[in-house]
Amino acid sequence: MCDCCSSEKDIYLPELATITKAEMMNQTEMFMHLEFDSGKELGHQAGQFVEVSIAGIGEAPISVSSSPQQKGFEMVIRNVGRLTNAIHGLKAGDKLGIRGPYGSGYPVDELKGKDLVFICGGIGLVPQRSLINYVVSNKDEYGKIVILQGTKEYEQRIYTEDLKKWDDIDGVTVLETIDVAHDSWKGNVGVVTTLIPKIEVDLTAAMNLVCGPPIMYKFVLMALQEKKVSHDNIFVNLERRMKCGVGKCGHCQMNDQYVCQTGPVYRYSELASVPEAI
Amino acid sequence: MSIKKLSKDVFKSFVDALIASDQQVIGVKEKVQAKGNRFAFDNLQSADQLRLDYDITLLPPKKYMLPQDETLLTFKVAGESKSKIDNSKLILIGVHPYDMIAINQMDELFSQDQQDNHYMTRRKNITIIACDVATPSKNVFASSMGTATVESGFDILLTDIGDAYVAQAGTDKGEKLLAKASGAVNASDDDLAKRKAIQDKNKDALNKHKLNCKPSDLPGLLEKAYDHPVWEEKAKTCYSCGSCNTTCPTCYCFDVQDQVNWDLKTGQRERSWDGCLLENFANVAGDHNFRKPREARFRHRLYRKGKYVPTKIGGQIACVGCGRCINGCIPDIANPVAVYNRILEDIKPD
Repeated sequence: MCDCCSSEKDIYLPELATITKAEMMNQTEMFMHLEFDSGKELGHQAGQFVEVSIAGIGEAPISVSSSPQQKGFEMVIRNVGRLTNAIHGLKAGDKLGIRGPYGSGYPVDELKGKDLVFICGGIGLVPQRSLINYVVSNKDEYGKIVILQGTKEYEQRIYTEDLKKWDDIDGVTVLETIDVAHDSWKGNVGVVTTLIPKIEVDLTAAMNLVCGPPIMYKFVLMALQEKKVSHDNIFVNLERRMKCGVGKCGHCQMNDQYVCQTGPVYRYSELASVPEAI
Repeated sequence: MSIKKLSKDVFKSFVDALIASDQQVIGVKEKVQAKGNRFAFDNLQSADQLRLDYDITLLPPKKYMLPQDETLLTFKVAGESKSKIDNSKLILIGVHPYDMIAINQMDELFSQDQQDNHYMTRRKNITIIACDVATPSKNVFASSMGTATVESGFDILLTDIGDAYVAQAGTDKGEKLLAKASGAVNASDDDLAKRKAIQDKNKDALNKHKLNCKPSDLPGLLEKAYDHPVWEEKAKTCYSCGSCNTTCPTCYCFDVQDQVNWDLKTGQRERSWDGCLLENFANVAGDHNFRKPREARFRHRLYRKGKYVPTKIGGQIACVGCGRCINGCIPDIANPVAVYNRILEDIKPD
């Protein structure tokens, strides 16, 4: 097999996708919409991720933020490293390399008929949005939807229009908080767990979907524990260094779990024997 | 599959003929090192260089299936990438049974789920002439791990019976290759008896460190040892140098980085070895390290060998007892047998 007649799939070969829309959401987060040059659809499930690359800079795992039901796909990129810094220099019409989708998504069928409580911290809203958009478009199949969004500072808030749009939908409640008070902010101040007592649905009967920075899980899980929520009814979406995305390179491993294959979405009860998870 | 006997002269001519062919031939050579002579897999220019009486090579032969550095893709900067599959053929002579078993495990790991064609293409293009151990190395414990002899994976298996080698073909490829050894004769019952005696001896003798349980007990033992004091006891002198990873025949974790050429227009996406003992192994953007404590990284390696990787390869223990990690560890803490036996002092396997 040589370069020109390689017929077997190379799992490390990205496909080019063109950025069709790119805009800054705040000082550090860039929103973008992409479409594959080949015309194919990503075909992801809510909660999955892709490996994003610029040839010559590198590759990193990024969550898909859009519902599987729309054309193209969306991501939000925080400028935190060499690759993401380079991505922030791109604009509509530029291209990115994409591999995937990878990992397990949310169990959308199992969630049907249930009340859903999304607990998000910062850009934890980004992967959750793929599921939120899916369930609000198929609202008849789900119960009440509550979205808790906590952000460290006022200027860092993202998807503010989406939050407002969702809140306007019958049966959807959005509660937002910021950690640090701000003159322009009239809403709740405090970490995301301060919103939990304000939830009006029965948390023990609801499916609780948690995504945020590593430190947030411990406190949210403690708060849900106090509310006697069964670990079977909690899903977490974890961040790890998913370098290869295909269960080989070892970087994302937590105990015996390769997060790129069995995660990033896990039912919390399945993590009882995975002490490195939380 | 046939089993032949090759006198030492016949074997030497056979190897020289391979070297004269168009395939690259790799064998075990003695190399001058700063701390005295050591053995290593390297290009053979002549059969005289081949040392099948070696004890252990510095690095395992995995470097031919999974090179320290390899190009996965070539690309135009910020543009399209193309697969780069290495299609070169080579013959590898002198792979010890424990290293052969490690290669068999890696074959399974790289072909399962989504197949890695970079590894698998290399592997399919390598002809392996394995050999039974003639000189036990100072830290080998293959007998404890059940890896002192090997049944499969090799194309040909050699056993030095004194004045000759017994050569067993393990595959059709090996059978065809062995047919080219002019002067080879069918092995007699006496030759096979001599070979069996050597293999039986190795099953007990490659045991400089004795594991006080069956290898198959390890997953159950580790199930109960996560918070055992041994991790901190050992790891407190760990330099986090990763030598235990890089010298291990079953460690296969890797990193991928882009290299841009001098023209600044083209480049390569390159894979290189990585190691879970290195401090930044589980780092993510924002400098959050998911396995920062030394003892957690130390424990992870021993859990991968004894518990985690076995779940991916049908229960086989992913330590083959070569002892290279012991040879390479400056503070002398890497010995898996010492760690597992320390746990066995306090916890009994099921």
